[in-house]
Amino acid sequence: MLLRLHQIDKFYPTGEGPLHVLNGIDLSLEAGKSLALTGESGSGKSTLLHLVAGLDSPDAGEIHLGGTNIVGLNDTALAALRRGTVGLVFQQFNLIPSLDVAANLAFQARLAGRPDPAWLKVLAKRLGLAQVLTRYPEQLSAGQQQRVAIGRTLAARPRLVLADEPTGNLDEATGDAVLDLMLSLVAETGAALLMVTHSNRLANRLNARVHLHAGRLV
Amino acid sequence: MVWTGLTALLSHWRRRPVQLAMLLLGLSLATALWSAVQAINGEARASYDRAAAILGQDRLAQLVREDGARMDQQEFVRLRRAGWLASPVIEGEMRFGDVRLRVLGIDPLTLPPQAQQVDVAVGDELLPFITAPGVLYAAPETATRLTEQATPPVRVAEGLPPGTVLTDIGQAQVLLGAKDKISRLLLWPDQPIGRAPLEVTAPGLTLREPSETGDLARLTDSFHLNLTAFGFLAFAVGLFIVHSAIGLAFEQRRPVFRTLRALGLPARVLVLLLIAELLTFALLAGLVGVALGYVVASALLPDVAATLRGLYGADVPGTLLIRPAVWAAGLAIAVIGTLVAAAQSLWRLWHLPLLAAAQPRAWARASERALRAQGVAAMVLLLTAAGIAHFGSGLEAGFALLAALLLGAALALPLVLTGILHLGGRLARGPLAEWFWADTRQQLPGLSLALMALLLALAVNVGVSTMVSSFRLTFTGWLDQRLASELYVTARTEAEATAIRDWLAQRSDAVLPIWSIEGRVAGQPAAIYGVADHATYRDNWPILSAVPEVWDRIATGDGALINEQLARRQELGLGDQITLPGGWRASIVGVYADYGNPIGQVIIGIDTLLQHYSDVSRLRYAIRIAPGKAEALAAGLRAEFGLPAQNVIDQAGIKVFSLKVFERTFRVTAALNVLTLGVAGLAMFASLMTLSGMRLPQLAPVCAMGLPRRHLAWLELWRGLLLAGLTMLAALPVGIGLAFVLLAVVNVEAFGWRLPMHLFPGDWARLAALALLAAGLAAAAPAWRLARLSPSDLLKVFAHER
Repeated sequence: MLLRLHQIDKFYPTGEGPLHVLNGIDLSLEAGKSLALTGESGSGKSTLLHLVAGLDSPDAGEIHLGGTNIVGLNDTALAALRRGTVGLVFQQFNLIPSLDVAANLAFQARLAGRPDPAWLKVLAKRLGLAQVLTRYPEQLSAGQQQRVAIGRTLAARPRLVLADEPTGNLDEATGDAVLDLMLSLVAETGAALLMVTHSNRLANRLNARVHLHAGRLV
Repeated sequence: MVWTGLTALLSHWRRRPVQLAMLLLGLSLATALWSAVQAINGEARASYDRAAAILGQDRLAQLVREDGARMDQQEFVRLRRAGWLASPVIEGEMRFGDVRLRVLGIDPLTLPPQAQQVDVAVGDELLPFITAPGVLYAAPETATRLTEQATPPVRVAEGLPPGTVLTDIGQAQVLLGAKDKISRLLLWPDQPIGRAPLEVTAPGLTLREPSETGDLARLTDSFHLNLTAFGFLAFAVGLFIVHSAIGLAFEQRRPVFRTLRALGLPARVLVLLLIAELLTFALLAGLVGVALGYVVASALLPDVAATLRGLYGADVPGTLLIRPAVWAAGLAIAVIGTLVAAAQSLWRLWHLPLLAAAQPRAWARASERALRAQGVAAMVLLLTAAGIAHFGSGLEAGFALLAALLLGAALALPLVLTGILHLGGRLARGPLAEWFWADTRQQLPGLSLALMALLLALAVNVGVSTMVSSFRLTFTGWLDQRLASELYVTARTEAEATAIRDWLAQRSDAVLPIWSIEGRVAGQPAAIYGVADHATYRDNWPILSAVPEVWDRIATGDGALINEQLARRQELGLGDQITLPGGWRASIVGVYADYGNPIGQVIIGIDTLLQHYSDVSRLRYAIRIAPGKAEALAAGLRAEFGLPAQNVIDQAGIKVFSLKVFERTFRVTAALNVLTLGVAGLAMFASLMTLSGMRLPQLAPVCAMGLPRRHLAWLELWRGLLLAGLTMLAALPVGIGLAFVLLAVVNVEAFGWRLPMHLFPGDWARLAALALLAAGLAAAAPAWRLARLSPSDLLKVFAHER
C-alpha cells in the first residue's frame, strides 16, 4: 500500500472553541490507482490533502507513505518527501512568475535531482506546450498555466500525485481536456493520484471515490 | 536543489531590473556617504597622528613648563650640566606671506635618534642647516605652497606633517622672535643614573609622558563626531531604501516562497539562499559604494581641510589615500546594513505559515495593532528625548537626544498622516474625493518607510540650515563688533614696529596693540592678549556677561576677560580665579563671544601684559581712523615701509576672509544635506515605482466604473505631492527642535559656544518647493505609466490572470 491514513484527527482553533475538521479518518491508496476525494466546501478535503503532502500535521493519527509514518517528521524530512515522493498540483497553479515555461516545467525535477530532458520534451509535447516554452506564466491562458503546473509535477516522476481542484479555475471543456491529460500521464508514470474535487462528474472518472462530510468519510 | 532554488529566487531580479537597480543604488549611496565620511575622518586622523608623532612625541618623554609658556634656554644648559640627556625644541606659528605655518626648531646635535624626522646631518647638509639663513624642511605640498614666498631655502622632506616646517633652533628663534627661548626639552630614553633630581635642577619644569594622541586629535574629536553622525544619518536614510526594496521584493515573492516550500525546498535552505542573495548584493553594492565614497570624499576633502585649518589650525592634506580599513569598514557596514534592513523580512519568512492564502498581500500593510505599537515606540522615544534634554549632558547625550528625537518623529509620522487623512476623508465631499482620501490612506503603509526617510532628510535640512543661518547671522554681527578698527597692520621686525607706531601717531586717531603670548590656562592651550584702554573695546567688544565697570578693572590690571569656550569647557564664571602663564593669578571679570576660535583666550590690560611678559612680540596693531581716510593711510603705510599687501589689511578685507572661512566650514554640511535629501527622494521614487505595479487591482475597479486613466494618473501625482507636503509640514517642528539641540547642546559641547536661534521661513519655503519637486518627479513616472497602461492590462485584473 502506497498511502495509508489511520484515525486522523485535525482541529482548527476558532473563536467558539476548536473546530473538528477531520474526525477519525481511515484511508488507503495503492500505487498506480486514482482516488477522488469529494465533499462540500469546508468539509475538510483540502486539509486532508495538505496533511498527506506534509504541509500540515494532524492532531492525532498516522499517515504512512511508502511504509513510513510521516507524522512527526521535521521540516527538512517533509521537504525531502515533497521533493522526491509527492507531487502537488494546485488550483491556483502556483507557477513561478519570473521563470519561463521551460524552466517552470523542469523546476521540480531539478529540485529533486532527477532532471530528464527527454521526458520533459515528451511532457511538453503531450501537454501542448512545445510552442510556448519561452513564454512567461503571465503570458499564458489559465488552461495553459494549469498544464504547465501538471507538467512540472509529473516531470519529477512522483510516486503520489496530490491534486487540489486542478480544474477548479478552468471552464468545463478546458478542465476536461486538462484532466484527460493528467490521468493518462499519471497512468503512464505508474503514480497514484489523490484528487480533491467537488465535481461528481470528474470524480466518477477516477478508479475510486470517497466522500467527506463534516470531517468524516461517508 | 540549492542551485535550482537560487535560480528561481534570482529570476525575480532578472524580470525586475529597475527594482534591483534601486536596491543596489540605495545600498551603494548609503555606503558611499558613510564611506566618504570615514575616508575623510581617516585622512584627518592619520594627519593628526603624524603631527602627534613628530619629533618622537609619541615615544619620548618631555620637560615642559607647567603653564605651557616658553622657558629660558638657560634651563637646558642647567639640565645638561646636571647630567640630563635632553634636546631643546622651539615651536610656534608664523606667517610666510599669506601662508601660515607651524615652525619647529631643533638642535640636530643633541636630538635623540627617535626624534629624527629628517636626517639633516647627511653629507654637507649640516652646516647650511645650522648657519644663517638656515634651511626649512617641509612636506612636498607645504614646500609647494612656499614657492612664492620669501623664506630661507626650502627642502622637501617626506614624513613631515603638512603645514609644518622644520629648521635649526637658532633660526627658529629668530623667525619666531623668541631669542634664547625654548618650548620644551625632549628627553633621551636612557638617562644617566645619578643625575640631579629635576626638582632641584629645574623646579619650574614638569615631566610630560609620551602621548599617542595630540591636542589636535582631542580638539577635533567633536568635529569628526559631527561628520560621523551626519554620515550615519545618510546611511540610515539609505537603509530605508534598502529596507523598502527588500521588503517589497520579499512580499512580491511570497507566493514563490510558498510554492518553493510546497515543492520541497526546506525553510532553512530557503532562508539561507535569501541571505546568500542579500550578501552578494551587499558586497556588490558595498564595493560600488566605497568607490563612490572616495569620489565624494575627494570632492569634499578640500573644504573639510579648510574647515579644520580655519577652526582648529589643523593641517590636513587635500588628497586622499586608499586605506584598506575604509574598504573593509565600507563593506562591513553594507553587509550589516543589508542584514538589518532585511531582518524583519527574513523573520517573517521564517515564520511564514506554509498554508496561508497565497495571494500577494500589499507590502507592509500595517494592521491597526502594528500602527499602535509604532505609536507607542514613537512616544517612548520622544519621551526619552525629553528625558535626555532635561537630565543629560555631554556631546554623546546630545547625539542620543538627536537620535531619539529623529527616530521618534519618524515613527510617529505614519500615525500623524493616518489621522490627517482620516480627517480629510471625513471632510471630503463627493465619491471621487472620498475614494481619493481613503485610497491615499490605504497607500500609506507601503509608502510610510519612504515618507519616514523623507521626513528625516527634511527635518535634518531644516535643522541644519536653521543652525547654519543662525550662526551666520550671529557671526556677521559679531564680526562687526569684533573688527571695529579700520586697519590692521603687522610689522616684520620690532624696529619696524616702533617706526610704524611713531609714524602713525600723527596720522591716525589711535594705534591699538594686538600683542599676545601663548600658554596654558586652566589646563587648556590659550592665548593671552593685552588691550589698550580705549573706546573701541568699551563700545564694541561682544561681552556676554561681565561685572560692572569691567573695562576700568581691566585697565587697572584688576581682572581678566575670558572667551566663552574657555568659560564653558572649564566651567569658569565671573569672580573665579585663573592662573596665567608665569604663575600669577587673575579674577574673571567678564566673558565674551569668540566664535571660530578653537582655543581659549584671555584678555588683560596692556600694561599688565607687559608687566608679566616683557618679551612679548609687539608686531601687530589695530588702527582707528575715519573710514574715509583708511584706504589712503593703508597706501601710505605700504609706501613708507615697503610693507607687503597682506601686512596691511583693512576691516572689509578681514571680514571677507572670515566669512569665506565660515562659508567653507559649512559647505561640507550643506553637501551632505543635499545628498541625504537626494537619497530620500530616491527612496520615494523606488517605493512609488514598485507600488505602482501592485496597485492595479485597486485602480482597475475605479477605471472600470468610468474614471479615465489619465484622470487617475493625475490623482496619483497629486497623491505624491499631498503626502510630501504633509511630510514637510511634519518635518518643520522636528527640524526646529533639531536646530535647537544643535545650537544649545551639540555646538556648546563641540565648539564651546552657544548661539541664539533665528527662524528663516524663506528657507523653509524653498525647501518645501524642493521637496514637492522631488515628490512630483518621483510620482511622475508611475503616473505616466498608469496613463499609458493598455486596457487589456487592466482587464487582466478582472480575469484573475495576474
